[in-house]
Amino acid sequence: MASSTFIHSAPQTGVRGFLRRIKLGEHFSLLITFAATVTILIIVGLLIYELASNSGEAFHKFGWKFITTSDWDPNNDVFGALPFIYGTCVTSFLALLIAVPTGVGAALFLSELAPPVISNALTFLIELLAAVPSVIYGLLGIFVLVPFIQDHLYPVLKQFSFLPLFQGQFYGVSFLSAGIVLSVMVVPFIISVSREVLLAVSTDQREAALALGATKWETTIQIVMPNASTGILGSIFLGLARALGETMAVTMVIGNTPKISASLFSPGYSIASVIANEFGEASPGLHLSSLILLGLVLFGLTIVINAIARVFIMATAQKGA
Amino acid sequence: MVQTISITRKITNVVMLTVTGLLTLIVVSVLFFILGYLLWHGGSSLSLQFFTQLPKPTGETGGGMANAIVGSGKILLLASLIGVPIGFLAGVYLAEYSGKSFAFLIRYVTDLLNGVPSIVIGIVAYALVVRPMKHFSTLAGGLALGIMMIPIAVRTTEEFLLSVPKSLREGSLALGATKSRTIFTVVVPAAMAGLTSGMMLNLARVAGETAPLLFTALGNMFWSQGWLQPSAALPVMIYQYAISPYDDWHQQAWAAGFVLLALVLTINITARLIIGRNPGSSRR
Amino acid sequence: MKIGFTVGGLQRCSVSIAAAAVLCVSAHAQILINGAGATFPAPIYTKWFSEFRSVDSSANINYQAVGSGSGINQVTNGTVDFGATDGPMTDKQIADAKIKVLHFPTVLGAVVPTYNIPGVTGEIKFTPEALAGIYLGKITKWDDPAIASVNKDLKLPSENITTVHRADGSGTTYVWTDYLSAVSPEWKAGPGTGTSVKWPNGLASKGNDGVTGLVKNQKFSIGYVELVYAAKNKLPYGRVKNSAGNFVLADLHSVTEAAAGAAKSMPADFRVSIVNAPGKGAYPISTFTWLLIPETISDAQKKQVLVGFLKWALTKGQDYVEALDYARLPKEVIAKEMKEISLIK
Repeated sequence: MASSTFIHSAPQTGVRGFLRRIKLGEHFSLLITFAATVTILIIVGLLIYELASNSGEAFHKFGWKFITTSDWDPNNDVFGALPFIYGTCVTSFLALLIAVPTGVGAALFLSELAPPVISNALTFLIELLAAVPSVIYGLLGIFVLVPFIQDHLYPVLKQFSFLPLFQGQFYGVSFLSAGIVLSVMVVPFIISVSREVLLAVSTDQREAALALGATKWETTIQIVMPNASTGILGSIFLGLARALGETMAVTMVIGNTPKISASLFSPGYSIASVIANEFGEASPGLHLSSLILLGLVLFGLTIVINAIARVFIMATAQKGA
Repeated sequence: MVQTISITRKITNVVMLTVTGLLTLIVVSVLFFILGYLLWHGGSSLSLQFFTQLPKPTGETGGGMANAIVGSGKILLLASLIGVPIGFLAGVYLAEYSGKSFAFLIRYVTDLLNGVPSIVIGIVAYALVVRPMKHFSTLAGGLALGIMMIPIAVRTTEEFLLSVPKSLREGSLALGATKSRTIFTVVVPAAMAGLTSGMMLNLARVAGETAPLLFTALGNMFWSQGWLQPSAALPVMIYQYAISPYDDWHQQAWAAGFVLLALVLTINITARLIIGRNPGSSRR
Repeated sequence: MKIGFTVGGLQRCSVSIAAAAVLCVSAHAQILINGAGATFPAPIYTKWFSEFRSVDSSANINYQAVGSGSGINQVTNGTVDFGATDGPMTDKQIADAKIKVLHFPTVLGAVVPTYNIPGVTGEIKFTPEALAGIYLGKITKWDDPAIASVNKDLKLPSENITTVHRADGSGTTYVWTDYLSAVSPEWKAGPGTGTSVKWPNGLASKGNDGVTGLVKNQKFSIGYVELVYAAKNKLPYGRVKNSAGNFVLADLHSVTEAAAGAAKSMPADFRVSIVNAPGKGAYPISTFTWLLIPETISDAQKKQVLVGFLKWALTKGQDYVEALDYARLPKEVIAKEMKEISLIK
């Protein structure tokens, strides 16, 4: 198809012309796809450059203390990012704690154990759910989830207040609420991708195991899972990346208080939320630089997570081989 | 003697079936609840004026989100025009042409981009587009969302292209087709189901993004003309209205949520119809 | 589904949209002017911009209430055409500003302490010490003697106070902290005055809307918001003890009285604070709110519209403010501003 667009003074007839047209078409296809990858490299390069150059001032002033101190005072030009890092980590970790067992379990059910009709119908619904915009989760978070947690979950968890996790006053907006909202957002994604990966395991292996007398569950856990585990892990880390950077749903239910507390009941703040709330007002200077440095820290956090993911995936792939 | 399956194994089987089934049930009921709640609350708040009127001054009741609906549409259109071609073509390169080390680099960089939080994309778009241009615009918003679409587009394309059996490629080449012909007329169509559905999900995902629009498209009380003016967008309006104290605005936020969800679901369902069959079933 | 869009196509598209827009409106070309800033005056500004279209049908003035801090930042960096703030720019901000702007007071308003205490719908009397103590975290319960001693007629519960403040850069915060700094040396030495300060405690949300919303949802909470937000949402708000010793409720009279002194001695750049103003019935947390207009506007039509708007806002526009619980500007101030308008080039 591409070959017909090149009409030049080059030989057009005969075998040589034909071959030339094919070659041009090849070149075009190769070039345009290559150009796309280069574009991506340029975009990411620009992004990193902007972040690095604009955060220089803050890094110069605070150095590594930026991520170890917790004093955030725009009025007095003191910026310590620890509360935000803490909030981001706690809420994301809580989200995964809930979403991973639920998600992988459901994915297993849908791909291995459920009859195809049910599986397809439910998957259809769940994939529609992965599509629900985050701000709608925030909307439901404020008006449905937070009151629900306050009325029903808090009294239950309060019983465990001997644990530092569940101590102190509860305002509704909290690490707990943010973590739960995030988990609901991440679950459909984990299910959807995990299921695809599980289904991609060839039926030969399943049938072989079943023929040898394994139960459905044993086939699943011993044959299918190991083959799919890299993909599943990948989906988990993708989910984590989403949770780390989630802004709106979190800022609507976390309380926006830069506080470090062991208790999940405490209100908190996340990196993405503080950037969203304070970026508009920060004129070029230390405040803006600190916010961008925060953005870089968050970005760095996700790079580290992704790197760990890669290590996991490589190790698991070798194990399964 | 015929060996029978031990009781423990049978029980484990049933128990795990039940457990995972329950987990799925929980997920699905939560999902049903969300959909239902939104449909009920949002649907009951819908009115003609929501679709046709502009927002009213702060605190006054009435008005609608006509400009936000159109604004979102324009921003998403622009985002697709940027994100889909770049992502798709890059994915093709990775799946069909690339050498191992370059592929590793691209995949890593794309993963990096995917890991960039949406708010950070927003502030970078602000620095790169809004500040030099000296105004907020639909263009900046579309660019930010388009960049967000790229990583998933690349990943989806690569994965689904790679999942096309080698035999198809080899068959095509054996019949004398060139590599590019093979890719674009044989492999891509074979992966079309997954590709389209992947792109659709991708678009639907950025449709609800709010954070990148805060500092790019900003917002507009009026119609946004062309591509270089600030624009209202549904997700941003939902956020502003939801955290406000006005009940009327809450109603409108629900209605907007309903519209946004309907938009997103329509995209999803259309994708399936185009393919003509459920991608899930094609694998078994 | 591939759509063949080109840059030329986009340009043609926008030209045709613009052409259609022009054809639809018989008068001169529609112009979009973008402004950003305080949520404090958002109700009256959005009302004004809506009403002004019937005066000048070409004027689409898009106002985005993103907080005073953002308003100052965006207008001085040129990304919006005008800004709005309730906290006048500091000397440092003026010195650092890439684009020089003029301050134009537009209305007078009040920041009120609003609260949500089930069972208490009456007006709580707050002393300056009580407000400072609450926000410093020293006073933690509603039935603390500092509050209860002046509210003997109300039954205040023994519940923890949840304070609510602004998460974004806010002029309302500026006024509130300005007041707390004026009445509490401890506050002044600590968090101090600013559009964004380090709060000792409390929850936060975005905009006056967000704070009102949070207070509405949180039992036993207190927040500071512009009067109209509390009033329109039927939230109770308290009386504050002024410098003359009277517990005053924020309303048109008390706010106007607070501005009386400033009216006579308004500085040339219109930056003035009227917190804790003298006067028997003056409301101590009153404030002007300002529009920030660039000194030089290169686009002739934009300049014409903005100047026209300013003149309208200072004359006919003032008729709309009282319905929204803002107070009119003193006549002397308006007269001075009319002169300032001519400074816009």
